[in-house]
Amino acid sequence: MRDVAVIGIGETAFGELWDKSFRDLGIEAGLLAIEDSGITAQDLDAIYVGNMSAGKFIDQEHVSALVADYSGLADQHLPTVRIEGGGACGAIAILQARMAIASGQHDIVIVGGAEKMTDVSDARAGEILSATADQEWESVFGATFAGLYAMMARRHMYEHGTTREQMAQVAVKNHKNGALNPNAQFQREITLDTVLKSGWVAEPLTVFDSAPLSDGAAAVVLCAMDRARKFTDTPIRILGSGQASDFLALHDRRDLTTMDATVVAGKRAFHAASLTPEHVKVAEVHDNFTISEIMAIEDLRFVKKGLGGMATEEGETALNAKVSVNTSGGLKARGQPVGAVGIAQAVEVVRQLRGEAGKRQVQNAEVGLTHTLGGTGATAVVHLFGRAN
Amino acid sequence: MAIPRFWREIPSRYNLYGSKCGHCGTLDFPPRTVCPECGRRSVGKMERVKLGGKGTVVSYSVIHDAPAQYEMMKPYVLAIIEMAEGCRLTSQVIDVDPAAVKIGMPVEAAFRKLGSEGEAGVIHYGYKFRPAG
Ligand SMILES: [Zn+2]
Repeated sequence: MRDVAVIGIGETAFGELWDKSFRDLGIEAGLLAIEDSGITAQDLDAIYVGNMSAGKFIDQEHVSALVADYSGLADQHLPTVRIEGGGACGAIAILQARMAIASGQHDIVIVGGAEKMTDVSDARAGEILSATADQEWESVFGATFAGLYAMMARRHMYEHGTTREQMAQVAVKNHKNGALNPNAQFQREITLDTVLKSGWVAEPLTVFDSAPLSDGAAAVVLCAMDRARKFTDTPIRILGSGQASDFLALHDRRDLTTMDATVVAGKRAFHAASLTPEHVKVAEVHDNFTISEIMAIEDLRFVKKGLGGMATEEGETALNAKVSVNTSGGLKARGQPVGAVGIAQAVEVVRQLRGEAGKRQVQNAEVGLTHTLGGTGATAVVHLFGRAN
Repeated sequence: MAIPRFWREIPSRYNLYGSKCGHCGTLDFPPRTVCPECGRRSVGKMERVKLGGKGTVVSYSVIHDAPAQYEMMKPYVLAIIEMAEGCRLTSQVIDVDPAAVKIGMPVEAAFRKLGSEGEAGVIHYGYKFRPAG
């Protein structure tokens, strides 16, 4: 199998972008990634698109062909693939594109992710997000997406002594990082009090414990390692990838405070890369709710099970601490255009490993990680990236 | 949710029918065709069984931000309940002050309206849980 590198990155600003359509966003990110990579569109062998639910958000399916078309590539007749997997779709798209290159089928592939979430009401957007949970045995009984994560939070507090203040610190940290990211949806710092005193969404989670609804897109250009130097001096190698699934419904999982899919995906990625969590200095993890980041840093073995809240409170995951988590601001502050999330995480890690992250640059980062969830943890994907020597 | 789609699941939603693996004895709710423990050894051996309706709260949340069809009920208590038979399910806890709900609290199933939808206002019924005496 051939090594694969990221040679180009691009992203739009994330936010409520009323003047931009789904196709505007997808094209903007794609063109930026191609420009950054130094390839021309004629070099592309295929297009992979991560998208959670354009069918529900904008009544448009078949978005992979649409993106190719409006990028001006219809005449190239490229194979296009749209990947669905809840919030993990973008990360799965990277994994599939990587395998297509590793196998020798393709040499250069662009992987984009996009979501246009603000053309529907907030209530409708919430319903669409919850469609990644079990519609028949969770949603019908009144389970909201936030409500399911709230039950993980409640159980984590009960079993591990995690506090609301510790969860709120995740939001405070990620807003602090987001304030350094000119493309983030929220670029202002918040206080612990703001999180604790904002309105309940689903107890014990407040509005500020939750990532926002966002429009946005991101893209990466992947290239076979043996051709990458032709286009860039700083190819970022994909060192290992892991994907795992679990019971769809939260109530069927072995442990409400551990996402086994994250544990297994992480082990697979670290094993493939012959690395351990200690090697990782920068990580983008799926913080759709504050409790999610606490569980992720435990399940990825950055800290021991149950100590995620305390580690966050003690600053172990702050910028340039033991491991810098969600330097982009994460889903929480950077924004959560679901299809773009996994790709945007890769964009941030590549930027960090290239040394191009500006005010939020992590010092001496050799290895970076992305962690992306689908649903309430029925899918998890972990990628490890490193500077190619 | 279309009427046939809801109707298909009525045995479980009205009467708490689950399945018991004829190979290892594990009980699942809702019924499964394949036992997650035994795989193909269980195929054709999954028999229907009715749950007794008693359980305890494993975790819960008070929902303040709800979809349109549950708007009238909020705030309501969502919970994961472990049934006496060992399987778990997601439902609501009713007839209780939300502040009084606790992990480990004993509850029992009750038949209630789950929600209504569409212009015709089709009403769906099924199980919810109330504190057990
Ligand atoms: Zn069995």
